[in-house]
This record gives sequence, C-alpha cells and structure tokens, in this order.
Amino acid sequence: MIERTPWLNAFTHLIMAIGLILSALPILIVFVASSHDLRTVNMVPMPLWPGGHVLENYALVWEKADFGRKLMNSLIVATAVTSGKVVIAALSAFAIVYFKYRLRMVFFWLIFVTLMLPVEVRIVPTYAVASNVLSPFQTIFDFLGFGITFPEVNLLNTYTGLILPLVATATGTFLYRQFFMTIPDELAEAAKMDGAGALRFFAQILLPLSKTNMAALATIMFVYAWNQYLWPLLIVTEPNMTTATMQLKKLVPGPSFGAPPVWNEAMAATLLVMIPPLLVVVFMQGYFVRGLVNTDK
Amino acid sequence: MDKRVTFSNLWLAAALITPQLLLIFVFFYWPASQAIYWAFTTQPPFGGGNEWVGLQNFQEIFGDRVYWNSVRVSVLFAVGSTALSIIGALVLAISIDRQLTGHKTYRFIYFWPYAIAAPAVGLAFRFIFAPQAGFMAALNEVFPDFWNPAMNGGHAMVLIILANSWKMIAYNFIFFLAGLQSIPKSLTEAAAMDGAGVMRRVFDIQIPLLAPTLFFLLVINITETFVDSFGIVDITTGGGPARATDLMVFKIYSDGFKALDYSMAAAQSLVLMVLVMALTFVQFRFVERNVHYK
Repeated sequence: MIERTPWLNAFTHLIMAIGLILSALPILIVFVASSHDLRTVNMVPMPLWPGGHVLENYALVWEKADFGRKLMNSLIVATAVTSGKVVIAALSAFAIVYFKYRLRMVFFWLIFVTLMLPVEVRIVPTYAVASNVLSPFQTIFDFLGFGITFPEVNLLNTYTGLILPLVATATGTFLYRQFFMTIPDELAEAAKMDGAGALRFFAQILLPLSKTNMAALATIMFVYAWNQYLWPLLIVTEPNMTTATMQLKKLVPGPSFGAPPVWNEAMAATLLVMIPPLLVVVFMQGYFVRGLVNTDK
Repeated sequence: MDKRVTFSNLWLAAALITPQLLLIFVFFYWPASQAIYWAFTTQPPFGGGNEWVGLQNFQEIFGDRVYWNSVRVSVLFAVGSTALSIIGALVLAISIDRQLTGHKTYRFIYFWPYAIAAPAVGLAFRFIFAPQAGFMAALNEVFPDFWNPAMNGGHAMVLIILANSWKMIAYNFIFFLAGLQSIPKSLTEAAAMDGAGVMRRVFDIQIPLLAPTLFFLLVINITETFVDSFGIVDITTGGGPARATDLMVFKIYSDGFKALDYSMAAAQSLVLMVLVMALTFVQFRFVERNVHYK
C-alpha cells in the first residue's frame, strides 16, 4: 500500500531497531563475555568488543565440561526423539483417519488429552515409571491374578529413558491428522481402485505428500528435545549420560549467588549449548514457523 | 469429520496405533494415575505399603504458608511475563507487518530467542544482570545496592520475568505475525480508502481481528509460565532468595527429589494438573465459541 507517513515510518523503524537490539544483544553479550580473560570479563562495565581469548576459553570449557561427549548425547537424544515422533505420529494419525472402527474416537481423545499435561507437572510418577518401566503391566497383572513376573527394566541413566517419555505426547499426531483431513478422498479412492492396499497408499501417496509437514514437525521437535532440562536432570546421574543443557549447572556454583561463577567460561558453555538449536532455526526458519503455528504448541 | 473412503484391514490399524498407545499408557496415563493415588495416600516412614489418608495431604499443603507463597510468586511470575511478552510481541509484529524496508531481516532475528534452551537463557541473564560483574554492576557503583537479585526477592523476580519474557516474546511474535498476515488485505485497503490512517487501522481493524490469536496466546503463556519455568528458575535464582522465586514446579521438584516426599509432591502435582487442565478447558470453550473473526 502506498502511503506517505514519514514520521510514523521513522517511529516504526525505531521500534524495529529496539526490538533487534533486545533480541540480539543478549546473545552478543554472551559471545563477547566468552572471548575475554577472567579479569576483563569481571570489569565494570564489561567492554562490548570481543577480546582475544576465544579459542583458549572454548578449549578450556570443552575439556572441563567434557562437551564433546555431552553435545553428542544431546544430539543422539534430540535426533531419536525427532525421528521417533515423526514416525510414530504418522502411523497413529493414519490409523485414526483412514480406518473406521468403534474405538477410533476413544483413541483420538486418549491421545488428545496428553497435549494438556506436559512432563513437568507429572515428573515424580514419571520418574517412578522410568525406574521400572514394566511396573505398570506388573501391577495390572498382579491385580488380575496372573502369576507372571516381569523382569525389572530400569531406564534411569539410559538413552531410552531420556527419549521415550519425550516421544509420548500427541503434538505430531495432530499435525498429521489435520493434514490428512485436507487430502481429497479421490486420491484414496483411486489408489484403492488400482488395487493398492492401506500400506501402499500410506507409503507411496500419503507420505510423499506430507514431506513439508514432516520437516516442520522435525524442526520443532529437534529444538524441543535439545532444550529439555528438567527431565534429563532427574533421570541421569551418571556423568557419561548427561546432556549439554545439564552441563551448564555443573559449571556454575549454585544460584544462591555465593561465589560468583567464572563468567567467561560459563558464557562460553552457554553459547555452545545455544548454537545447535539456533542453527536449526536459522536454516529451517520456514519449517520452524510452520511447525509451531500448525501444531499450536 | 470423517473420511468417506477408508481401509478395512483393522488388524493393520491396530498395529499402526499400538506404539503410540503403549507410549502414552506407560509414560502418561500410568504416571498420572499414580500421582492421583499418591496424593491420597502416604508412605509410612519405615517402609511398607501406602496408607490411604484421604484429603490429608491436600489439607496439609493448603494449610502451609510456604505452599501459598509458591502459588503467589507463580501468579506474579505468570502475570508479569505474560503481560510483558504479549505486549512486546504485539508491538513488534504490528511494526513488522507494515513491511517497511528491512522488515525481513528484523523478523528473521526476532525468532532467535525462542530456539534457546531455558537454562542457557537463564545463565545469560544471570550474567547480564549480575550485581558484581557485567552491566548492572556499573549502576551499583553509582547507587550502592541499586540492584541485587541475590539479596532482594523483588529483583530476583524481575530477573526471571525478564529472562522468560525474552524467550516468550519470540514465540508470541511468530503467532501474532501469522495472525496479522491472515487478515484479508482487502479489509485494510478498504479502510485506507475511507481515509483511516495507519494507527486507526491498527486499533480498529488489526487488533480486534487478532482477538482469537491474543486469547490463544494468553492461555498458552499462562500455562507455559506455570509449567515450563523450571529451567530458568533453577539456574538463575534457585528459588531464592528466601523463596521469593519458589515457583510451583520448582517446589514440586524440591519436595519430590530433594526432600523425597512423594505424597506431598504428588498432591502438589495434582493441583497443578487441575490448574493446567482448567486453563486448557477455558481455552477450548472460550476461544472456539466466543472469539470470532466476524
């Protein structure tokens, strides 16, 4: 639209610039702080130009917090959660949309309700389940009077334990369901007429059409899984299994603000943790926005 | 809404949906029912089975000043960061939607904070607002004790609200912008032809038409601040000083895993679950029914 509003335009630019500074400055400060030696970083106020200790600080923190291993753990967990979600959600959405049976709506609502309660509000009992994952079945079988004893399967300090509870939500199922509903019936009809079974229709027609949605789901799930903090903190006690986000806490003294943290190292670690999901968002911006807006969560 | 064309192989359907159902049973429904069971029972101190105690756990938490304190600070935190991040995001989205030169670059960077993990945000803000180093320290040198989140509960609350809002503004911004872009151009153009200026259009067309987005974000923000605030609090203030930032999720964690009082933690979880479900319910009822585009 063509309008002449020079003052308003200047004001809008001002607001956008302030927004830019507020969004980017904290990340910049983290980088600058991570590039100074301990004396400079503690100067008041800290200089806003980067210092010359980048390599040395990052090498030190990498060594000290064993970030090679931790970033790898985070990567394994995030990738597994993402792929688990993309696959399982597609399967269950297909079973809900393209088949007719009585329990269909029951299943739909059972899955739907899980959107309401994130893992944070049910941490204690979920932890108990993770420490013996077959215990629900054991309890039910005992109750029904079957004399079967399941082995104890402990998921604490395992990748499986880090991954599975994060896959057990409905986010993706709904993204797929909404999309499947928009696919014209004629496609399924034509496929059936040509003699394709359910699986063939799913694999050769539905999945190729869902590529964009899969990418969107994958992007938000990767960021979500990478950024998990409370759940890994609970179930991991073994240093080898800790994830990158958990390492931040190991590098700084407790927040009672007793002894100040070694800020340049702490900020170097912060940046290391920040970068992978940030890169995903930067390169997959379109998918990220789409995934976020379409899953409404 | 049903598909007219469906497949008839129900064994296949069962096989396809089983993994999802198993997962939500083991990691969602079972823990949720356990939480309910624990909330109404208590564990004897020397082992043995749980004893049914009825509402005693709830009476205990509702009679506990420390619990009410955590409710109070949670509400404060929720209201503060929701207000800040919704207003901030709305202003930014409306500015970007004017599509002036460079708006794409700005928009691109506004997304970034949402990608960053809560503890990383918390630690960054803890440094930026540290009382002895960084930037607030400069103010502290001029005005002694101007800012000290380690000693002053109010300051600590401001600190976690700022950190959380920084992240949430990015999230809200994405939704507001999507909402603004879905407003038909013909509407704003018609208004412009009738002589409505930019600001007039913002207040009389864009903001009213954003009502569904606004309400949706309001509920999501409040829920998120109640539920997803652990990462920021744990690393930034640790619930202190003197429990000034002892949010509900943080208290559940400390009671459950530090004090190992499962029954108390479960009772508190149950209260939080009911709260979150109520909010979600309000969202469905209210958003779907009462906030319309027309």
